[in-house]
Amino acid sequence: MPGTARQLLLGFLVFITIGAGPALAGGELHLGNGAEPESLDIHLSSGVAEANIQRDLFEGLIAEGPDASLIPGAAESWDISPDGTVYTFHLREDGRWSNGDPVTAHDFVYAFHRGLDPATAGSYAFILYPVKNAEAVVNDEMTALGNLGIKALDDHTLEITLNAPTAYFLDMLTHHMAYPLHRPSLEEHGSAWTRAGNLVGNGAFTLAEWVPQSHIKLVPNPHFHDAENVALDEVWYYPTEDEGQELQRYRADELDVSYDIPADQIEWIVENLNDEYRNFPYLGVYYYGLNTTAAPFADNVPLRQALSLAINREILTQRITRAGEIPAYSFVPPGVAFYQQQTMDFEAWDQSARNDAARALYAEAGYGEDNPLEIEILYNTSDNHKKIAIAIGAMWKQLLGVEVTLRNEEWKVYLASRDEKAYQVVRSGWIGDYNDANTFLDLFLSDAGTMNSTGYSNPAYDALLESAAMETNMVARQAMLEEAERIFLADAPVIPIYFYTTQHMIKPWVHGWVDNIKDVHPSRFLSVSEH
Amino acid sequence: MFSYAARRLASAVPTILVVITIAFFMIRLAPGGPFDQERQVPPEVAANLERAYHLDEPLTAQFVRYLGNVLTGEFGPSFRYRDFSVSELLADGFPISMQLGVSAMILAIVIGFSAGSLAALRRNTASDMAVMGVAMTGIAVPNFVVAPIMTLVLGVWFALLPVGGWGGINHAILPVLALALPQIATIARLTRGSMLEVLRADFIRTARAKGLSEYATVTGHAMRAAALPVLSYLGPATAGIITGSVVIEQIFGIPGIGRYFVQGALNRDYTLVMGVVIFYAVLIILLNLIVDLLYPLFDPRVRHD
Repeated sequence: MPGTARQLLLGFLVFITIGAGPALAGGELHLGNGAEPESLDIHLSSGVAEANIQRDLFEGLIAEGPDASLIPGAAESWDISPDGTVYTFHLREDGRWSNGDPVTAHDFVYAFHRGLDPATAGSYAFILYPVKNAEAVVNDEMTALGNLGIKALDDHTLEITLNAPTAYFLDMLTHHMAYPLHRPSLEEHGSAWTRAGNLVGNGAFTLAEWVPQSHIKLVPNPHFHDAENVALDEVWYYPTEDEGQELQRYRADELDVSYDIPADQIEWIVENLNDEYRNFPYLGVYYYGLNTTAAPFADNVPLRQALSLAINREILTQRITRAGEIPAYSFVPPGVAFYQQQTMDFEAWDQSARNDAARALYAEAGYGEDNPLEIEILYNTSDNHKKIAIAIGAMWKQLLGVEVTLRNEEWKVYLASRDEKAYQVVRSGWIGDYNDANTFLDLFLSDAGTMNSTGYSNPAYDALLESAAMETNMVARQAMLEEAERIFLADAPVIPIYFYTTQHMIKPWVHGWVDNIKDVHPSRFLSVSEH
Repeated sequence: MFSYAARRLASAVPTILVVITIAFFMIRLAPGGPFDQERQVPPEVAANLERAYHLDEPLTAQFVRYLGNVLTGEFGPSFRYRDFSVSELLADGFPISMQLGVSAMILAIVIGFSAGSLAALRRNTASDMAVMGVAMTGIAVPNFVVAPIMTLVLGVWFALLPVGGWGGINHAILPVLALALPQIATIARLTRGSMLEVLRADFIRTARAKGLSEYATVTGHAMRAAALPVLSYLGPATAGIITGSVVIEQIFGIPGIGRYFVQGALNRDYTLVMGVVIFYAVLIILLNLIVDLLYPLFDPRVRHD
């Protein structure tokens, strides 16, 4: 269509819809954000979409830089006691809430108390468990919150006492559960405190508009301590549940950054929009859990190893998932802080050597042509999960003669089956809560309850993780965690398949975006040029 | 007519009670709960969540509590969208779904009825075949195929209309079209069928015999009678279309209530599912009543005295 005609028509549409849509001009960033937020309340939300917005609205003691590295946030500096259990934070004097009130140590004490209070019912309360007595508060065993390990020594000095030296504690403080809260606005507005107009935050932006299922609009917080370096005038977050449509909105310039990409259009994207396509390793692993509490996997390590060896992960990632996923030969992803990736020995072998080993172990486990293993794979409804399950089933069948059946369940039914261990092999995924190997390894402690969905139990593994939790020497701690993972991989209660990558489309006029393993991109570091 | 409407409304109360009861226990029978996630929470955290939402009480006690709340007009907080109450979500979303739905319905009635009448009057001609061919395609090709194609062509390639979002008339054009297409097709088929039947009726022969022009016969007599089956269809169809379409809303990023039907159930958002079910039941009952009240205007044999 000729340019002028298009402009005329556009002009007409703008004319008949004055004040309707957002104008796409410099200084505004429009982000696809996956799902409609569950809540903007820092203690009630649990997802990535919510965390992205909360990161703009609030600032914890520690903040994240453009590359997700830890930088001073509400705290200017901090001291750590020699035994690693007492942290003293010195808050910046110029910290202000979006209504101009000073940010004080009391705001953090109030927020921690609220987050752990059983009446708040925060689903992520457990992330604060390293804080002394936090677990007792959640358990309602401690009604006097005064014993909780967080104290305001004065308006600008905050002391946090931990149960044990926790190497990842500073990283953990970037979690939304550790943000401060403005007590007067919560007390004034009650459960409506997160609405636009009511919400008072201490982040780089404030909430201007929230239309559920449509958009959330943020504008800069003039009281933010680094406000002069915030470039954007407006940040818009859109729920984008359908990746295909998200891509179309991106192509129509309605979005500057996409939350995800449609897996079935990856080839088209690489061919046509490769410069705008970002694919980066993520802090997450896709794996099959094996139920080690029941036959056939209970006490049968050779069988578990055989099934792991028989999966050709390169074929899965190159032919089936096709979105740059990294074949996984360990459980902890590459690139985790203070950790050297541990991999299963057979990573270096070619697939035919793996196949030989798989056949030998399968026979050792007591199975063969006359006595084939019959196994069921449980997965939740999704094309991707289904394709992978079919491919893995075929690999097991072809190489070992395993009789595989697939069981597909709707999401919530699947979760219930998994948690009741009503499965043999279960499709699983895990995204780390913080950048440390512990968030991957502590899932499989014997006493981790339903979180340990495989029922794995090994006293040597438990002992290593417990010692690591008490260790203040980072080198010694790292060695313990690495040894624990080696034991875990040898026992093979899970079959790691691939490491997730994050995928975004980013317009060339968006600046300041740095790919990182946490996929964290605070809007205060982003800018948009004329386009 | 007034007493007829009052009787109908009174008889709707037990119907709605039955709907509430069945829906309440059915959603609770489904495995899994509102707070189950990929990331399992420690048991004490799960217990706190259940207590906060009274899920730790016996089911019958929860039911009595819920009924009490509904009677006072309170549908409770959403379990999934925790910053909003179910009433707020419905109040925010329904006007948008209704605008979309009513526009689509008007479009569908005007085009569908005209096209169907035309096809019947030109029976077995090329125009009949064309209209019915398009109608069959409209019924057969689902929304989730048509809508992305329309956005690709008009939104991405030609950049004439926004691909998604909600704000003004230009945001409404594509979703209204996508929503109306299958309705146009259905109404056209219904109209054609009933029109063919009516054209063979005695009173049409009488009209023609007394020398009325073909135009007057069709517009003055046939159309009114041919509209009856379409009218019966419109009650439930309008209820369905103005309560939103999950497909259309997701594809175009429209903040209506259609997605709450499906998402509410998938998320085990008990209060949202219940709110939507009650809302939908009331709406269907009301629209069916309206259709029945309109019937005498089209068919003099029907009277509500």
